[in-house]
Amino acid sequence: MTPRRKRLFSVVAILAGVGLAAVVALKAFDNNLLYFYDPSQVAAGMAPAGKTFRIGGMVTKGSVARTPGSLEVRFVITDFAKSVTVVYDQILPDLFREGQGIIAHGRMRDGVFVADDVLAKHDEKYMPPEVAKSLKHAIPPEGST
Amino acid sequence: MGTWTWFHKLASPPHFYRIAGRLIPWFAVPAALLIAGGLYGGLVRAPPDYQQGEAFRIIYVHAPSAWLSLVCYTTMAVAAAVGLIWRIKLAHALAAATAPIGASFALLCLATGSLWGRPMWGTWWEWDARLTSQLILFFLYLGYMALRSAYDDLGRADRASAVLAIVGIVNVPIIHFSVDWWNSLHQGSTVIRKGGPAMPPSMLVPLLMCFAGFTLLYAALACIRVRAEVLERERNATWLRELPPA
Amino acid sequence: MEEFLHMGGYARYVWPSYGLALLVLGWNIWSALRLGRAARAGAERRLAAGATEGRDHGDR
Repeated sequence: MTPRRKRLFSVVAILAGVGLAAVVALKAFDNNLLYFYDPSQVAAGMAPAGKTFRIGGMVTKGSVARTPGSLEVRFVITDFAKSVTVVYDQILPDLFREGQGIIAHGRMRDGVFVADDVLAKHDEKYMPPEVAKSLKHAIPPEGST
Repeated sequence: MGTWTWFHKLASPPHFYRIAGRLIPWFAVPAALLIAGGLYGGLVRAPPDYQQGEAFRIIYVHAPSAWLSLVCYTTMAVAAAVGLIWRIKLAHALAAATAPIGASFALLCLATGSLWGRPMWGTWWEWDARLTSQLILFFLYLGYMALRSAYDDLGRADRASAVLAIVGIVNVPIIHFSVDWWNSLHQGSTVIRKGGPAMPPSMLVPLLMCFAGFTLLYAALACIRVRAEVLERERNATWLRELPPA
Repeated sequence: MEEFLHMGGYARYVWPSYGLALLVLGWNIWSALRLGRAARAGAERRLAAGATEGRDHGDR
């Protein structure tokens, strides 16, 4: 084996080793890197009970209800299989709206998700407002999380 | 002249020095035009987004810097591997010259992402897979530069830092696919996407101009920086007895 | 014009982003040119001092 070939093999070996280690590590961390749970996973009892976690889903149309005289807001998020009611009493991010994906951090209490933080998620689609308006009439908006 | 001879010739410092010098304006001028046009188009000409309004304009500096930080890292790792295997000093010089450029764009990507995330998502920072892996990329650049500066001997610095650059390449696909592999706060990619870009041309064209402009700027910067490296590394070589014209 | 600067209420996020981008682009150009000039000046100085007594370059 020539020295050059030897060096080539050691580089390939380093890459293979590190790559394998990364795959194993990512598999092991899968659950920790899972940034949020969806309502189906929560319904199936996969979310940590009694502890805080994140839940993500789409805000159901017409479900947002504000309590008069306070910031408290109640809404339902869904993954189109299961739904969870969320309560939150702070200022919502700019992108929060019905039909939009959100991620809430908090815990389950009596079947309701009590959030201490709500983040809005946006999708990879971009378009001018006029186009979005005319599209709305043509096809029903597709769900996005 | 076969490809191999051509490659060896390019890898010889005097040839590279001359060719790179001649290439600089061919990279720099289109880069300047594309970046200026792209940023103007993104800031002024493109319509606001239906959901994000004017805040979406941050994409024109955020996405190209993210792209360039990945291009730079890939270039750096490949050059480092070539340098290590074939003992080509010029390849090590390219890897070393690329690191500070890549680091600056990785940082720009993180900063503009934060400025975008605050109004849109409602947070400056989250320990989400995409954000965290991009932060690791920035630290890899810093580690690479710190490791190089720890050695007095150039050859040792080249070899040790090359191993780090090669090891770190696993992070590149992780960054790209993080949004597909995990439930992430960050949205999927808009341009490189099944079914084509999810953006109308009025928004997409300036963005593509920025992508191309940033990439060409990197090519110009790399030429300048590698030429400087070559002058330092080859200080005792005979071809430098007669300095080629600047 | 005022409307443009206002950025639909997102001025304090959009403008700093573009400012930082110009800063990073500018730094990259400035630092590369400075490095290039310094290396060139160094090589010229060595040449004037007659310091390059020939090691034939065989290595790449």
